[in-house]
Amino acid sequence: MIRKERSKIPVKTLLLGQGTCCISAGAEQVYTALKREIAQLGMADSVQVKRTGLCHGFCQLDPVVIIEPEGLLYSEVKVDDVPEIARSFLPGERLVERLFYHSPVTGEAIPRYRDIAFYQRQQRTVLKNCGYIDPEEIDDYLTNGGYQALRQVLLEMTPEQVIKQVKDSGLRGLGGAGFPTGRKWESCYQAAENEKYVVCNADEGDPGAFQDRSILEGDPHSVLEGMIIAGYAVGAAQGYIYVRAEYPLAVKRLRSAIVQAREEGFLGEDIFGSGFGFDIEIFPGAGAFVCGESTALVLSIEGKRGMPKPLPRPRTTEVGLWNKPTLLNNVKTFAAIRWIINKGADWFSSIGTKKSKGTAIFSLTGKTVNCGLIEVPMGITLREIIFGIGGGIPDNKKFKAVQTGGPSGGVLPESLLDTAIDFDSLTAAGSMMGSGGMVVVDEETCMVDLARYFLDFTQKESCGQCSLCRLGSLQMLEILTAITKGEGRMADIDLLIELGEGIKIGSLCGLGQSAPNPVLSTIRYFRAEYEAHILMQQCPAKRCKALISYYIVPDKCTGCTACQRQCPVNAITGDRKKIHVIDQNKCTRCGICLSVCPERFSAVESVPGRLVSGD
Amino acid sequence: MERVRDILTGYTGKRHELVPILQEIQTELGYLPEEALVMIATFTGIPESEAFAIATFYSQFRLTPTGRNRVMVCRGTACHVKGAPQILEEIENYLNIKEGETTPDLEFTLESVACIGCCALAPCIMVNNKDVHGRLTPKRVRGIFSDSKGKEQDTS
Ligand SMILES: Cc1cc2nc3c(=O)[nH]c(=O)nc-3n(C[C@H](O)[C@H](O)[C@H](O)COP(=O)(O)O)c2cc1C
Ligand code: FES
Repeated sequence: MIRKERSKIPVKTLLLGQGTCCISAGAEQVYTALKREIAQLGMADSVQVKRTGLCHGFCQLDPVVIIEPEGLLYSEVKVDDVPEIARSFLPGERLVERLFYHSPVTGEAIPRYRDIAFYQRQQRTVLKNCGYIDPEEIDDYLTNGGYQALRQVLLEMTPEQVIKQVKDSGLRGLGGAGFPTGRKWESCYQAAENEKYVVCNADEGDPGAFQDRSILEGDPHSVLEGMIIAGYAVGAAQGYIYVRAEYPLAVKRLRSAIVQAREEGFLGEDIFGSGFGFDIEIFPGAGAFVCGESTALVLSIEGKRGMPKPLPRPRTTEVGLWNKPTLLNNVKTFAAIRWIINKGADWFSSIGTKKSKGTAIFSLTGKTVNCGLIEVPMGITLREIIFGIGGGIPDNKKFKAVQTGGPSGGVLPESLLDTAIDFDSLTAAGSMMGSGGMVVVDEETCMVDLARYFLDFTQKESCGQCSLCRLGSLQMLEILTAITKGEGRMADIDLLIELGEGIKIGSLCGLGQSAPNPVLSTIRYFRAEYEAHILMQQCPAKRCKALISYYIVPDKCTGCTACQRQCPVNAITGDRKKIHVIDQNKCTRCGICLSVCPERFSAVESVPGRLVSGD
Repeated sequence: MERVRDILTGYTGKRHELVPILQEIQTELGYLPEEALVMIATFTGIPESEAFAIATFYSQFRLTPTGRNRVMVCRGTACHVKGAPQILEEIENYLNIKEGETTPDLEFTLESVACIGCCALAPCIMVNNKDVHGRLTPKRVRGIFSDSKGKEQDTS
């Protein structure tokens, strides 16, 4: 028997991510092809091809194949590469060097993923299993220590002890506000009601962030385990997961995880024979940013319009879902619980800064060489993240700013790159930790346009109950739009600040209270760019159409007529083999001329400001 | 409306089932016809005006029919700074409709969505709520559409 087991142990395991990103890059086809090819070569026993919920978070290299135990990484694998990969496992065959990750700096091949800068500086704790385990196989979670924390909690700890451990760990809510998790649990525990609920906030409203989706797709049981433990601690028997509708794969994986957890007895009645029972239902959100706010989320589950409750309002931990005490935490907060129970509060609080313990999970996106899901200790600097893990800005462009906290957060300029990040330092700098979105922008992004973009978003998502938020943000949006069109006045900048401060103070909920942040922080750090739009009628980043011009460089133009033929308003004159000229009065700045000018000529350029014909 | 009636039999009529019911009916019919909303209101015992209020509050719901293929362009931050506006413009030009509209042959509906969650592959679009296309350029956009049009014709 034992011998049989042993002969089955694979010599190598190929890990293939199957998250939304990976699948869009063709990971499913690669998986099927690899399995088939390995089987055809008769290696099915020694080389195991395994699906994991997620790539390792280095989404941009998808599809990625990781080969364990060596920890080799093949990147951007295509179906056509599969036969070569499969053959490389035959004795004496060479590895497929061309698929190794190559350092963007030295061009050198880096075979092992642990040596890649993107991974080197991370500290994977909550994300440890993401990319290693198959999220649709509960056994895989179990062999990686899954549900042991739950077992320990139910059989060896009292609810008070659980709450104390969470409190001692220093964990703060990872959904945005950073509220101390242990205190929230305690408040719900103390609420005198028999019926209570646990709700997981997986609405992930920040456009430009995907860390919650990644955890749900990659390691759904860790969230369930955290919720069940929370249920035991606060005295609830029912949990809900509120997931946004745009995440079909996350919903599917959660569904199957719940079914399997029920089958194994981790959900349902009398878990581990402890007498404690708990169950979880999924509630798909229907696409409203404001529903991420706790009171709105609760109303949304009740089948009503998700509008934050007016102030003064009781705490959700006292009067929540169906007016019962309700514990609401973010996906990442729940996912961290099992590690705190397993490894202890001291271990967790040894990571991070004085007031922000543990790790932070970000989706690093935008203009960095490496994009993806990262986990870092609190207190790391922005520079280490953006230039260390992110590899800096591609195409020799200059770093301009980093946006954190999504529509509720702000932008931080280069001078703040050495800020050690935690909940408090980011807030002090005019931004916030938020849920973990981190978007890097380079010199090509216009800060006025970015502020306008966020305000356009929050203004549309305002639930409309309070007039300061609804009308104030609309007025700010109108002013910003005017500035991007070259119709701004200098007094507008101060007016924006005044309106913004007013909306922050006077709005009912977190949406309005934080909506002006992107505007206020861009004015604080990039005022000169606002002034260029207003005083010089120029968009320095060349994004605002009304404030740029297209220009044909006479020395480069060969008179090929490509632009002239495509111009929709016939603004370009010049015959074949003669230099073309744009009539600036007719030009609508659609940019078609720039994109059709053959690359070998590159004669069309965009310049900040409005040219007058004849310039 | 037979189908709506069938779907309703799977529920008890409690208020909190409203959003899931609307979601299931929209998945089935592609949108929420007025008649269906009236039936749902009666079924869950809420005023019709309330059913409409809910259906218009959440951006997921549509009160008009959609085309056979739903194209959702991400307007999230990562996509925005990596050129989503140009991608949207390119698709609008290609399909000759604006965001929120459906082509006259009912083949495509063009919508935008807050974020698809594949921000590392920005800019991206999602087709029919399942196929995500990332790292787009205006050129690649045209490729996707000529492909899917080709496929449609093959199967028909
Ligand atoms: C407008 C608005 C949107 C929010 N969106 C989210 C969200 O998408 N996900 C989330 O976890 N928290 C969101 N929050 C924060 C929640 O209200 C709440 O603080 C959080 O879910 C609590 O969980 P935590 O203590 O684990 O952080 C949002 C808050 C506001 C005001
Ligand atoms: S910003 Fe486009 S997918 Fe997230």
